[in-house]
Amino acid sequence: MADTAVATREGAADTGRPGFLKRTLLHNLPAKIAAIPMMAAVLVVFVGCTIWTVYYSFTNSRLLPTGKFVGFDQYERLFSTSRWNVSVTNLITYGVMSLVFTLGIGFLLAVLMDQKIRLESAFRTIMLYPFALSFIVTGLVWQWIMNPTLGLQGTMRNLGWTNFTFDWIANPRMVLFALLIAGLWQGVGFCMVLMLAGLRGVDEEIWKAARVDGIPTWRTYISIVLPMMRGVLVTAVVLIGSGIVRLYDLVVALTNGGPGISSEVPAKYVYNYMFSGGNIGQGLAAATMMLVTVLIIMIPWAYLEFGGKGRRA
Amino acid sequence: MKKFAVVAAMATALLGSTSVFAADLEVTHWWTSAGEAAAVAEFARVFEEETGNHWVDSALAGSGTGANPVIISRIIGGDPMGATQMNTGRDAEELIQAGLIRDLTPIADELGVKDFYVDASLLDPCTYDGKIYCFPVNIHSWDWLWLSTKAYEKIGQPVPKDWNEYVASWPALQEAGILPFGLATGWPFSGIPGVLMAGIGGSDLVLAINRDKDAEAVRGPEFRKVAEALDSLRQVVSPETMVPTFGDVGTQLLEGTAAGNIHGDWLQADLQVAGGVPGEDYECLPALGLGDQLSGGGDSFYFPVLPEGTDQAVIDAQTALAKTVISPEAQLAFNLKKGSMPIRTDIDLSGANACMKKALTFLDKGLLPSGDFALSSDTQQQLQDLNTEFLDDDSITVDDYIERYASIIESAD
Repeated sequence: MADTAVATREGAADTGRPGFLKRTLLHNLPAKIAAIPMMAAVLVVFVGCTIWTVYYSFTNSRLLPTGKFVGFDQYERLFSTSRWNVSVTNLITYGVMSLVFTLGIGFLLAVLMDQKIRLESAFRTIMLYPFALSFIVTGLVWQWIMNPTLGLQGTMRNLGWTNFTFDWIANPRMVLFALLIAGLWQGVGFCMVLMLAGLRGVDEEIWKAARVDGIPTWRTYISIVLPMMRGVLVTAVVLIGSGIVRLYDLVVALTNGGPGISSEVPAKYVYNYMFSGGNIGQGLAAATMMLVTVLIIMIPWAYLEFGGKGRRA
Repeated sequence: MKKFAVVAAMATALLGSTSVFAADLEVTHWWTSAGEAAAVAEFARVFEEETGNHWVDSALAGSGTGANPVIISRIIGGDPMGATQMNTGRDAEELIQAGLIRDLTPIADELGVKDFYVDASLLDPCTYDGKIYCFPVNIHSWDWLWLSTKAYEKIGQPVPKDWNEYVASWPALQEAGILPFGLATGWPFSGIPGVLMAGIGGSDLVLAINRDKDAEAVRGPEFRKVAEALDSLRQVVSPETMVPTFGDVGTQLLEGTAAGNIHGDWLQADLQVAGGVPGEDYECLPALGLGDQLSGGGDSFYFPVLPEGTDQAVIDAQTALAKTVISPEAQLAFNLKKGSMPIRTDIDLSGANACMKKALTFLDKGLLPSGDFALSSDTQQQLQDLNTEFLDDDSITVDDYIERYASIIESAD
């Protein structure tokens, strides 16, 4: 209540005073000047290149962006291509699973880590370590582990368990789970560290109050601590989400889209058609569809999150 | 454009500071396997010995699919190398249109290339508006069936003489626990459908589809045989038995754990490095033992236009290299190591092995245009996607495959 009152009073004072525009422009001028290069970069690189991308997705450009305007032809071809449709389905499946498991396991690990255990920093380092490896290295490591003849399956069979089967990487129906394992191995540690920071940010007094009220620990975590960690959760979701949409290098290193086309992803389609296929128009149409998907998810969320003015401090 | 100017200026400054007479020339290529590396070293040796210039080797990893984009973006981005290898084909067409590739017509006229190239059609992909922009340096053909002598010794059968006998031997091989068809993951599969088309479908079918883009030919009975061959092939290939690289398939053939493989003639370079002897350790059947023509692709050398202000010595070195790569001495040394056919036959090829000699007799009948020659890289990519999907997904029937193949050919440009 107090927050809202203060905000209204300041707002009224601002607009009421003369020279409001001038004051807004000149207020903290050095900071604004310092921000100009960054703003220019954002405008040119992000906004400018996005417009460029969308524009050329409506042309029949091949190796160089020189094509004629052809309307929605590239998009028609895109959605009649089974490789693209498989890519999109794969990304959705992988994305949902990855988001749920990364957040779930990350939170669980953070809670375990929060139990005032010994050697916490050692465990934290071990958990975070895979995050220091690139997706290419992660992919190659897991490719060897999961290779049916050379990896885990081969080793177990050589040791005598002849029925042991772990061929997910060669199985079209399971290959997405193989990707998921490698992705989780790499990403969970980072999510855990974020969550742990969030947990540590919760005031000790709240725990004491909950204990006095006789609320069980698990209930405190879910109903009190978790809602208080909203900021950390949002950060984690954004980071994991952007990692999912741009998923490319892990697939290239681990499966290269195979077996067949069963682990293809949109970013790989974009790359293949722009560079090896020499068809910029088709690649950009696919890139634009990736952008549209992100916007469809982001806009309602951003509206809910930041739309209600003054709702959050 | 401004960025381009800056990069060009920087490149000029760097290039301008190099020495006066002997110039450094950066050459990019993706010849990285054991046999290929040995072959390209021959080019470098002849170039340095004959002209006194220095060959700066920039080998790129990732073969055609990985290295080609790097090469193209360097040329487009205003940071051209002195010379580069690319597959003979239409990949560089738009670079030529944009004026980024040096016109080699004066050199070609001086040397009289049209007279000594074994098949004038080899120069077609290099020719644009009557001018020549690249020199093919070898003839590569995918159309080879490699068979393991050891595997057939194990099952006590003679080594097959053609594709049909080979297919007939699969059940016996499987019973003996030998892989009928060894295959590496990734791109090695991409050439196989084309080989089946040339071998089983015949030369007319290849011309009708690749050159004339005739979708009705795809729906015809000849192509159905090809699709059915691919269908039977996918029954004996599974992702679980695939090996990481084509060199590993070569090892499988020499060990006798896999009986056969369709792969380009560059596999032979690796077989030789591993100590295999043609006729004893492995057999080679050009055009699957059925056809009498090979579809030729290969590698070409392109020379990008260097930024303005480049030292004349570097440009002269480019000229010298262009002459070197097609000179008799370099052709002989390079192709014997590479396992490919030379682009000129007016040289002494007595050092060639049994397989290459077989191939040389095919050359007299001219070359079939391979997909690389005749189809744009966009169409090739679409066909490759279709083939990859078909190989793995048994729910796609032969009829579906033919129909989708036909619609890609219909929209090909």
